[in-house]
Amino acid sequence: MYKIVSKEILNSAVELMVIEAPFVANKCEAGQFVIVRVDEDGERVPLTIADYDREKKTVTIIYQVIGYSTGLLSKKQAGDYVQDFVGPLGQPAPLHKCDHVIGVAGGVGAAPLYPQLRKLHEMGVKVDVIIGGRSEEFVILKEKFEAFCDHVYVTTDDGSAGIKGFVTTVLQDLIDKGEKFDEVIAIGPLIMMKNVVKVTKPLEIPTAVSLNPIMIDGTGMCGGCRVTVGGQTRFACVDGPDFDGFLVDFDECMKRQGMFREEEHECKLRAAQ
Amino acid sequence: MEKNMSMTKVAMPEQEPDVRNKNFSEVALGYTKEMAMEEAARCLNCKHKPCMTGCPVNVPIPGFIEKVAAGDFEAAYEIITSENALPAICGRVCPQENQCEGKCVRGIKGEPVAIGRLERFVADYHMANAVSSEVQPQKNGKRVAVVGSGPAGITCAGELVKKGYEVTVFEALHKAGGVLSYGIPEFRLPKDLVAREIETVEKLGVDIQTNVIVGRSVTIDELIEQGYNAVFVGSGAGLPRFLNIPGENLLGVYSANEFLTRVNLMKAYKFPETPTPVKVGKKVAVVGAGNVAMDAARTAKRLGAEEVYIVYRRSEEELPARAEEVHHAKEEGIIFKLLNNPCEIHGEDGWVKGIEVVKQELGEPDASGRRSPKPIEGSNYVIDVDTVVIAIGQSPNPLIRQTTPGLDTQKWGGIIVDEDTMKTSKEGVYAGGDTVTGAATVILAMGAGKKAAKAIDEYLQGKTE
Ligand SMILES: Cc1cc2nc3c(=O)[nH]c(=O)nc-3n(C[C@H](O)[C@H](O)[C@H](O)COP(=O)(O)OP(=O)(O)OC[C@H]3O[C@@H](n4cnc5c(N)ncnc54)[C@H](O)[C@@H]3O)c2cc1C
Ligand SMILES: Cc1cc2nc3c(=O)[nH]c(=O)nc-3n(C[C@H](O)[C@H](O)[C@H](O)COP(=O)(O)OP(=O)(O)OC[C@H]3O[C@@H](n4cnc5c(N)ncnc54)[C@H](O)[C@@H]3O)c2cc1C
Ligand code: SF4
Ligand code: FES
Repeated sequence: MYKIVSKEILNSAVELMVIEAPFVANKCEAGQFVIVRVDEDGERVPLTIADYDREKKTVTIIYQVIGYSTGLLSKKQAGDYVQDFVGPLGQPAPLHKCDHVIGVAGGVGAAPLYPQLRKLHEMGVKVDVIIGGRSEEFVILKEKFEAFCDHVYVTTDDGSAGIKGFVTTVLQDLIDKGEKFDEVIAIGPLIMMKNVVKVTKPLEIPTAVSLNPIMIDGTGMCGGCRVTVGGQTRFACVDGPDFDGFLVDFDECMKRQGMFREEEHECKLRAAQ
Repeated sequence: MEKNMSMTKVAMPEQEPDVRNKNFSEVALGYTKEMAMEEAARCLNCKHKPCMTGCPVNVPIPGFIEKVAAGDFEAAYEIITSENALPAICGRVCPQENQCEGKCVRGIKGEPVAIGRLERFVADYHMANAVSSEVQPQKNGKRVAVVGSGPAGITCAGELVKKGYEVTVFEALHKAGGVLSYGIPEFRLPKDLVAREIETVEKLGVDIQTNVIVGRSVTIDELIEQGYNAVFVGSGAGLPRFLNIPGENLLGVYSANEFLTRVNLMKAYKFPETPTPVKVGKKVAVVGAGNVAMDAARTAKRLGAEEVYIVYRRSEEELPARAEEVHHAKEEGIIFKLLNNPCEIHGEDGWVKGIEVVKQELGEPDASGRRSPKPIEGSNYVIDVDTVVIAIGQSPNPLIRQTTPGLDTQKWGGIIVDEDTMKTSKEGVYAGGDTVTGAATVILAMGAGKKAAKAIDEYLQGKTE
């Protein structure tokens, strides 16, 4: 059992938890993730490590309450325990020392992006970030990024904060204005990452994306998380979750993510009863 | 005692095929005392004990059978467990026809003695009747880390703890047991029973830490730095192989590991009572014909699939699964499409729609003596299915070898060991089970764990002197 040290509500759909997990806290790096099981018989839910404290042996997760299992997690409070918490899983993000990197975050994607950009900043890279959300409420971690990013751009679908429009509009604008980026790191919904790549690929700006296919074990045992990258099958949980955006077959990823849509719906209905 | 000269084994009570293919309860119900004694009386107590030569861990078979015949089941249990720590499991899953029963003299004319069933009976009898008297052994001050809680790791841990070592088992998943927990289904190996066998080693003092992935959460070098005097790696062969044919990433295609893990470990057969789902569809093709394939096919049937096919490129003779599983699968209505090799999975709107196969014929025997299949030109046809499960084998997970400098491995990934001691190329590190041999059997994994425990003991005792 793993203790929830603290909990914070970031907006109506997104929450943060700090959890005591010595093995994970000891070893994890930006880009890696954990699998959480809220209770006995619970689903194995993959969540990115948003932050960690090696001394206090804690790991921070930020999750969007989207369905049954994240809903269950959301019922837990500081002082409660989760049944299982395993990691760190996946490869650390392949971060390179260069001059200028821009991060592009969609919704809860800001959470996994945060430790990567902070690490780059620590490596001496100039970092900017574009954070997008449905509306103002869904733009998360803005202050945290402001602590070290040179520029923080905000976009919302409804214009309630920052620029009205998509993250890709801003990215395109910056590039058109002559900003030079050595690399783009895009984390968010698949459709967003696909569209970021549409902007960066013609200009040959290397673009890393983070894939979140449906996973079970997270250790390379089931193959359920397989994705096609550069024409080859890769397991996102062990070979990723970060991949070269130019090589990812996004359409296949999107289809595979919907494999259990009906069952997820059924689960939600049950939870609502 | 009067010998029973019947040519056939005392029949095993089983659930009716048409009932059991709709539930997940155990298929074989086990002998009663009377049945066990009657079957035991078939044993001739041969002087040269041919059955024992077939047993990878040297269980004194005629010795325990004699006790069963005499009705002294606890004595029989003592004899079995002197060599085999997990008899309730082995009695259920060992391929006896290739091992002890394959060598049994009674099998020359008629059926061999039902050694597996008797072993199971004795273990179940003990579990139901004996009060556990596990005493924690005197500690010797040395620590051993075991990676993986499958039969190899659990056996090694159990042997070492009995010798006084402080043993910690690190398991990547949230539940101990390895394939016994996540792979082999409830209807063949009840999970309660696996849990009880694991409790037994815990009672002896073994500390099992789940949710620790060696190589990620902690490395083998770090374990040694932290003061473990030796490490045993029993991490199994959990990496699923795919066919590498078009269509394999369509929705509705699973590896057997995914399919079985969803059902066994995550209890998807109770969905939506439990939250992890599995989709079976109406028609299912399982590719492969080993134990894993049989388990996947029979699981699909139980989950409500109307037609379930085993698609295998060789013939009946080469079927690698335990004979009993093939027999049970057929009884339960699984359809065998033998000499059929898949070449493409067809889809519609991203979902599986059919599997295209090429008919095969058997050629001349190859170097290994197996007749290899050859495609019959132009014989392709499509089997309509909405789910495909790939069960063509697993290899060792690369994580340990990638994170353990100095650990030599085979090209295909298996850890290289000295066969007598299970010692690897790295000082103080031993390995055994599927991670060394590739996917094999429970009993071989146990045998390896036991051998390694002995060698680790010798190594650590030598070290102090
Ligand atoms: C490597 C990785 C890192 C992730 N990091 C984060 C994170 O930091 N914050 C966050 O909010 N979310 C993250 N996710 C997504 C998160 O795991 C899912 O939102 C969660 O599992 C949904 O479960 P549910 O039961 O609440 O919702 P459901 O109703 O079951 O599903 C909602 C959606 O979540 C996805 N999903 C469902 N089950 C799984 C599963 N077992 N594995 C992956 N996706 C699934 C599906 O696409 C589904 O459409 C990550 C996923 C992966 C693979
Ligand atoms: C579906 C199925 C049916 C089978 N049926 C039979 C049968 O009828 N009869 C028979 O004899 N054999 C059968 N087998 C084969 C048998 O189960 C295996 O040969 C045996 O379990 C191997 O034991 P093991 O201890 O080497 O590995 P496993 O049982 O695979 O256990 C390895 C354990 O190590 C853990 N692990 C892996 N990597 C790490 C890591 N880095 N850190 C921590 N833990 C790790 C895994 O999670 C797992 O729990 C079957 C296998 C399957 C999959
Ligand atoms: S070979 Fe068969 S008959 Fe002979 S001792 Fe072994 S089990 Fe008994
Ligand atoms: S989640 Fe099972 S292999 Fe990646």
